[in-house]
Amino acid sequence: MTTATTDLDRPATPPAFQEISPGRKFRNRLATVLVTGAFLVAMVPLVWVIWTVLAKGLHRVLNADWWQKSFGGLTSRNPGGGVYHAIYGTLLQGLLCAVIAVPIAIMVAVYLVEYGRRSRLAKAVTFTVDILSGVPSIVAALFLYALWVTTLGLPRSAFAVSLALVLLMIPVVVRTTEELLKIVPDELREASYALGIPKWKTIVKIVLPTAMSGIITGVMLALARVMGETAPVLVLVGYNQFINYDPFQGNMASLPLLMNSERLTTNAIGEARVWGAAVTLVLIITVFNLLGSLLSRLTAIKTK
Amino acid sequence: MSDRSSLRRPATTATSGGPRGGGVTDDEQFAEAPIPSPPSQSAAKHGRLGDRVFAGFATGAGVFMVVLIAAIGIFLLIQAIPPLADNKASFLFSRTWNADPADLNFGVLDLLLVTVFSSVFALVIAMPVSLGIALFLTQYAPRRAARPLAYLVDLLAAVPSIIYGLWGLEVLAPALSGFSVWLNENLGWIPIFADGNVSAQIGQTIFVAGIVLAVMLLPIITAVSREVFDRTPTPHLEGAIALGATKWEVIRTTVLPFGRPGYISASMLGLGRALGETIALLIILSTTTQFFGWSLFDGGDTIASKIARASAEFNDPKAAGAYVAAGLVLFALTFVVNAAARAIVAGHKEYE
Amino acid sequence: MAKRIDIKDLNLFYGSFHAVDGVTLAVPPRNVTAFIGPSGCGKSTVLRSLNRMHEVIPGARAEGQVLLDGEDIYSAAVDPVSVRRTIGMVFQRPNPFPTMSIRDNVVAGLRLAGVRDRKRLDEVAERALRGANLWAEVKDRLGKPGGGLSGGQQQRLCIARAIAVQPDVLLMDEPCSALDPISTLAIEDLIGELKKDYTIVIVTHNMQQAARVSDQTAFFNLAGVGQPGKLIEVDDTEKIFSNPSTKATEDYISGRFG
Repeated sequence: MTTATTDLDRPATPPAFQEISPGRKFRNRLATVLVTGAFLVAMVPLVWVIWTVLAKGLHRVLNADWWQKSFGGLTSRNPGGGVYHAIYGTLLQGLLCAVIAVPIAIMVAVYLVEYGRRSRLAKAVTFTVDILSGVPSIVAALFLYALWVTTLGLPRSAFAVSLALVLLMIPVVVRTTEELLKIVPDELREASYALGIPKWKTIVKIVLPTAMSGIITGVMLALARVMGETAPVLVLVGYNQFINYDPFQGNMASLPLLMNSERLTTNAIGEARVWGAAVTLVLIITVFNLLGSLLSRLTAIKTK
Repeated sequence: MSDRSSLRRPATTATSGGPRGGGVTDDEQFAEAPIPSPPSQSAAKHGRLGDRVFAGFATGAGVFMVVLIAAIGIFLLIQAIPPLADNKASFLFSRTWNADPADLNFGVLDLLLVTVFSSVFALVIAMPVSLGIALFLTQYAPRRAARPLAYLVDLLAAVPSIIYGLWGLEVLAPALSGFSVWLNENLGWIPIFADGNVSAQIGQTIFVAGIVLAVMLLPIITAVSREVFDRTPTPHLEGAIALGATKWEVIRTTVLPFGRPGYISASMLGLGRALGETIALLIILSTTTQFFGWSLFDGGDTIASKIARASAEFNDPKAAGAYVAAGLVLFALTFVVNAAARAIVAGHKEYE
Repeated sequence: MAKRIDIKDLNLFYGSFHAVDGVTLAVPPRNVTAFIGPSGCGKSTVLRSLNRMHEVIPGARAEGQVLLDGEDIYSAAVDPVSVRRTIGMVFQRPNPFPTMSIRDNVVAGLRLAGVRDRKRLDEVAERALRGANLWAEVKDRLGKPGGGLSGGQQQRLCIARAIAVQPDVLLMDEPCSALDPISTLAIEDLIGELKKDYTIVIVTHNMQQAARVSDQTAFFNLAGVGQPGKLIEVDDTEKIFSNPSTKATEDYISGRFG
């Protein structure tokens, strides 16, 4: 503290540190304010949308009928009924999609990381995965329409929807799996080879299980996304007020399709149906997201 | 598993832990061989076959992807050619759309203009906001809060677009009604705020739709930008800090130059997403008989929403083919935009 | 078990890069052979070529012969997978399989080759863990993940895993370089015990270690800057460390270079 006294003796000395000019200070503050503001601005629609969905739809879903009945036999003037037919459709279409897309996507990722490395074909595959990830869902739907309905002459069906969703899901799962396989250390592969374990078993029993936790999360997130897709259901299957268990025949409801049909019912009953379905859809997506993180935590690699 | 090969295995079992082997004769080994080690010969064959089959599946999956993309292109082309041949209008330059199979007269220009105009408008709003969010999350937010806050932004991407569409039509459009009218009345001399072909007050306009699209783009652009900003090399940052730069100056001199290509690429990805968005625009935009007039207060249809609107009536292959032709244009457009997004970051090894 | 290895005029390449030139060397059974030499001289590359792990690296290839009891492991009729089953390997950094328990790690080689019998696998696990001097430390937590062990324990787990498939030869690529001195000592003691049953080849950076554990020592060096690595001299360990026949070896072991 001796310096303090000497400083008192020399009042004319310049300050120890250079001042920052007011202009610089102002710009710094302004940037902080703008950047923080941008984040807050983004929270406005998030809160607003969630609030809207809950305020308009929550009352409708809080009765048992909503989860156990369909709108079968009800007109736009009949209150009551429920959306279990659409929940079934959404889950079934999502599930069928996952069953087809996940094995293909994982094998593509395995090819890219374990076999293809820098080959010409691998480059072509990466390129097509890139293209596919940018394909708008309406184009995927049109393709399936051109293939399924026009070329093969098959009727529109829930299965065609699932196939269109496959196109949207594959690139997402390929990318996730590819990244995860790349970070599996080569040392594990070598340890396995050194035990005389063939390459394919090394991949199936050592490499994939090591990456599995992340793959599951990725699949659940991708699934949550495709289940909210509307364009494919609009093009590839008709709406049905009744439940239809058969994915290959007849019209089948799903939550987005139900919302799109009922939004044309311009009365309070239609309004409640639309927003009730929105609550249900958001709920399903949330459940799948949570399930993703739960499953990944359960399957995560433990060290204790 | 043949006995012969398992017999060749050693007999160190009985004395687990103790001194091993040593003077064990071959005969003793034969007598005690306890482990059914798989016979190397058949194991080898099995391994080889398994390897070939598995590698075949993996390669097959890869080939399937390439074939799939080619098939998408070819199928769409095949479906589009007959109606294009019968088309009385110029497909690329006509602004009318009539897909009546008896009187095919369709052009994609008006749809294309609305698609690009609304997407670019959305991008103009979303780009600066996303930049702000990404900077906030990587540079300003306290370390501990950054992850949960980023998760909130990601939640925006989890909301299905049909819900955005309904929210835009039923909630946002009325809320913006006064502002829209004010813009139209006071800034109407600027072409984009001029009177449109639908009511600015009701709000089934490109203006409202573009804002909703912008909200949908925020999480996409933010996610990629955030990742790039996070990778700014520490030496760059420390260099700037040591020079006595303020936080903003540090960002302007290191983070932004380093992240610029990634940010632009992210924005292009967002644009690709906006161009293909379907249901939100289908719900919000009001159809109109008039042409698009470069105003934000126009209604109309984008390529995607037009296809979706007509999808219920895809009964005639030729009518459907007209929409497939429009879909091809959309496919090509998104392809170019996405390819540009990739090309921008392709030369930047530091992002890997 | 415990077979001999004869390396005859082995040349190793990474793509067009000639990494190791003309190695000829005999490894007697039930014996520890140490590979020493400066970094980048190709000793690990030679070791990896002995169970055809070398070719796992894209572009890598080998020319010449490696005879296991007279049978060339590089002959066209031989499956590299069965070579690796017969010649086990322990790596520089312990690499237990993270998804598996301690017990499952040890029996991974057998299980993945199709052995299902639980009782037998348990027996093998115990025997291999005892063989790796790890049994006492882990017998109460065999179901716990292998990743939870200390570095030294993990490395012994990897040795247990390698000997559980009962190979004829055990290759060790600097097995102690990531371990503390006490764990290193434990591994060295273990090597002394294992050589009663196995032919062991060990690469080490540590000359004292080579002197302590090996019976025979091979010294590798670069033929020159940008030149491939070469085997300079191989002899009884005692002789190499007391009276090497080349000047380069003497310089290296006396610490004058490398």
